[in-house]
Amino acid sequence: MIDVAVVAFAQRQEAAISGESEVEFMVPLMEQAKAAAGLTQADMGFTCSGSSDFLAGQAFSFVMTIDGTGPVPPISESHVEQDGAWALYEAWVKIQCGGIDTAFVYGYGKSSPGSLRDVLATQMDPYYVCPLWPDSYAVEALAARLMLEGGHVSEARLAEIAARSRASAASNPHAVRADPKSVAEILAEDYAIDPLRPSDLPAEADGGCAVVLAAGDRARELCERPAWIRGMDHRSDAHTLGVRDLTSSASARLAAEHAGATGDKIDLAELCGPFTTSEYLLIDALGLNEDRTAINPSGGALAAHTMMASGLIRIGEAASRIWRGDGDRAVAHATSGPCLQQNLVCVLEGD
Amino acid sequence: MSGVPAAPRDPLAAPAALAEPMTVPEALSGAEPVESVCTPIRLSYTYTPGRALSRYLRAMADKRILGERCGATGQVFVPPRGVSPLAGSATSEVVELADTGYVESFNITRVPIERRPDLKPPYCSAWIVLDGASVGFLGLVINIAPEEVRIGMRVRAVWKPDEELETSAANILGWAPTGEPDEVITDYARIGRVEASDA
Amino acid sequence: MAAERTAVIGVGQTKYAAARRDVSMAGLLREAAYRALEMAEKTWSDIDAVIIGKAPDFFEGVMMPEIYLAEALGAVGKPIMRVHTAGSVGGSTACVAASMVQSRVHRCVLTIGWEKQSESNAMWALSLPQPFATSVNAGAGGYFSPIIRRYMMMTGAPELIGCMVAHKDRRQALLNPYAHLHQHDLTFEQVVDSPMLWDPIRYSETCPSSDGACAMVLVDEAGGESHPGPVAWVHGTAMRSESNSYGGRNMVSPAASEQCADDVFAQAGIVDRRAEIDAVEMYVPFSWYEPMWLESLGFAATGEGWRMVESGATELEGGDLPVNCSGGVLSSNPIGASGMIRFAEAALQVMGEAGRHQVDGARRAVGHAYGGGAQYYAMWVVGSGKP
Repeated sequence: MIDVAVVAFAQRQEAAISGESEVEFMVPLMEQAKAAAGLTQADMGFTCSGSSDFLAGQAFSFVMTIDGTGPVPPISESHVEQDGAWALYEAWVKIQCGGIDTAFVYGYGKSSPGSLRDVLATQMDPYYVCPLWPDSYAVEALAARLMLEGGHVSEARLAEIAARSRASAASNPHAVRADPKSVAEILAEDYAIDPLRPSDLPAEADGGCAVVLAAGDRARELCERPAWIRGMDHRSDAHTLGVRDLTSSASARLAAEHAGATGDKIDLAELCGPFTTSEYLLIDALGLNEDRTAINPSGGALAAHTMMASGLIRIGEAASRIWRGDGDRAVAHATSGPCLQQNLVCVLEGD
Repeated sequence: MSGVPAAPRDPLAAPAALAEPMTVPEALSGAEPVESVCTPIRLSYTYTPGRALSRYLRAMADKRILGERCGATGQVFVPPRGVSPLAGSATSEVVELADTGYVESFNITRVPIERRPDLKPPYCSAWIVLDGASVGFLGLVINIAPEEVRIGMRVRAVWKPDEELETSAANILGWAPTGEPDEVITDYARIGRVEASDA
Repeated sequence: MAAERTAVIGVGQTKYAAARRDVSMAGLLREAAYRALEMAEKTWSDIDAVIIGKAPDFFEGVMMPEIYLAEALGAVGKPIMRVHTAGSVGGSTACVAASMVQSRVHRCVLTIGWEKQSESNAMWALSLPQPFATSVNAGAGGYFSPIIRRYMMMTGAPELIGCMVAHKDRRQALLNPYAHLHQHDLTFEQVVDSPMLWDPIRYSETCPSSDGACAMVLVDEAGGESHPGPVAWVHGTAMRSESNSYGGRNMVSPAASEQCADDVFAQAGIVDRRAEIDAVEMYVPFSWYEPMWLESLGFAATGEGWRMVESGATELEGGDLPVNCSGGVLSSNPIGASGMIRFAEAALQVMGEAGRHQVDGARRAVGHAYGGGAQYYAMWVVGSGKP
């Protein structure tokens, strides 16, 4: 395998970015990430992005954003209709093919123009489930009830996760929900979607992020302490909720195994758990020990969940901490689909 | 297998794995198969135009056309998107453009289109390169038979009556010939202007 | 370290039709996938990863359909990805699938492109109300006709070149059992006399709207060598994108198209493109794009592409560079699959498996796709011999 590292990252997340179009708010992030790496678009061996037409409410929405990269002269480029973390995966694979040593990756989404909970209903089986218009948060509540009533987790444990996210988010300028709350205060909240409380739900955000990847010596030139991708893998579970064990995440465990996210020493983990229940399952699936590993030092997806960028932001957050020396080995995670159906795990290390 | 001529396959035969007919319970035998279900999808979005398009639409209400200039190359884009694809950076300057230009190329639509019942075919849609702009933008050519429209033909905007103006690109009803001599086109492959001319 | 040599060992296509009401979306994909697996002599358990591609989700009304399709595509416990690069997506998806093997990340990959436009209303999906723009263009034809007009002005090509292309592709489609349009008695005069839709584009010069899926199985060098059946080796893949609007843009032969071609032919070691390539499957949704792409891809000098058409050089019967022997996009257009069909048909040609539309002795073939405002490009060169 060719050693590839995350060498630059820029992000923006806000509850609603209403005054700017996607390309308008992405251009400064793209420029910022490239400048941090000291590169221009012409230096990029490959470019890949992730976004969703259903989120934007228009077909071919990514065509409006590509101009932000400055694709004149033309660029070697691709796009996935998935979280930007999968765009990063595609770029990482492209670098593994040889011949290039840099890549530019971005992901973005605006949930605020529509109702994310309704939009996500169209991800469900179009013949059997979507016609019922399931509220996507209620779908997670089904899983939560299985977990709670099966004795897998307690409401207090979920409240601890929510409280930790809020506390960590206090130092993250990009967090949308960063007001601290104690476990007792969270447990005192009325249910939003029984058995989930408001603090169990993601803080929906608009925004995006941009990442620069570089290989080998190029990465060392561009970054004082590159965050090396030591392994990356993604796996899917079945879609049909009825055939899955919703009290665990088999695909997250499998992706972690294949990415090599095992071993004793993981200093920090950035997990894309939009719900406290999903974060709980991820900690379990990745075998993380909270005494040794700082979980979601950014506050995670609970504190700001920017659909189509949330997973890529986890990779950027984890890499940033390695650059700063906050840790030597990190795990970053992205997810897609209802109840953690699809999971991507990336292991990052400093030299 | 190599060397042995394979029996010719019927390319349309069902793959072996799908060839077995599905068995259904006795109770369902003879039931009419459901071939389709109709699932209406209604999602509502509140669009916001963004900074550049907002300015552009507001100016439209005053019968003004705004473009935006790329700081690096000087090219002027209209309608503005707030970004220069040439530089990969925000546009640096708002530019007011003339409401005159030329037809860069055109299409004569001879079929009705669903969302514009007011447009009676045949009608001519064209890329109009405004004086002062680097790229063409889309408009209807009116007050002339579609067959008489020419690449290079000079046109001027025909605006809605003042009392009907809105913050909308629909304020321009179309583009009518000015009668000036045609713009001389020498390179049919390339569109627009590399350098923006003075409005 | 050089990239892993990669081979196509299975191709599967569905019958393309205006509406495949006999199958669900999953059923459509599985029909193509099973045919590809059968040809590859593989089963689902041999597949390491699934890479799918299609055009906008609004076409079927399913958001990020790889989620719903996980079980149907045997992807439970496996990686599954979804590519979307506008009309070029089927080609891009094949390029991404190839990269999974070339990188040695996976050894055996299933890739599928599809569209089931009958599940929704494509015209609707393409023209969701956009409150800030006026809608004067009826779909893609209205967008591309001004470009075609510029090409005609630039080259002085005879007016009926486009009709020749359309007539050729519709005739060649008769040799392809999967093609959507089988117009047995279509005469050249009928093509010429068909109504103008987006002048200068006639009805018979436009592509249909189809349901359909196309799948391929790609394997690494060892897998290609040990495969008992025919193999198409990947000699090069390339993707290029550019902005669709800037002053001085060459709209007739966009820079991204030319650079994509330069890249892929350099990878394949091809110098004299017309002489060394035996068959081309290019993305021609409107007939005039055949001469335009012949020039842009370097098979003809600038301004001379139409002469190749006129001379019959691109005919399966007697041409030296047969183009779209399958009938092309003009005869079948399940948008998200259309690019992959071009790539797969190129593979079939060098495998010697193209049936009645086989180019005799084809050794090297090109698959090509484009999309957006003629701004997204994907290409590959495949060969019967190892690169």
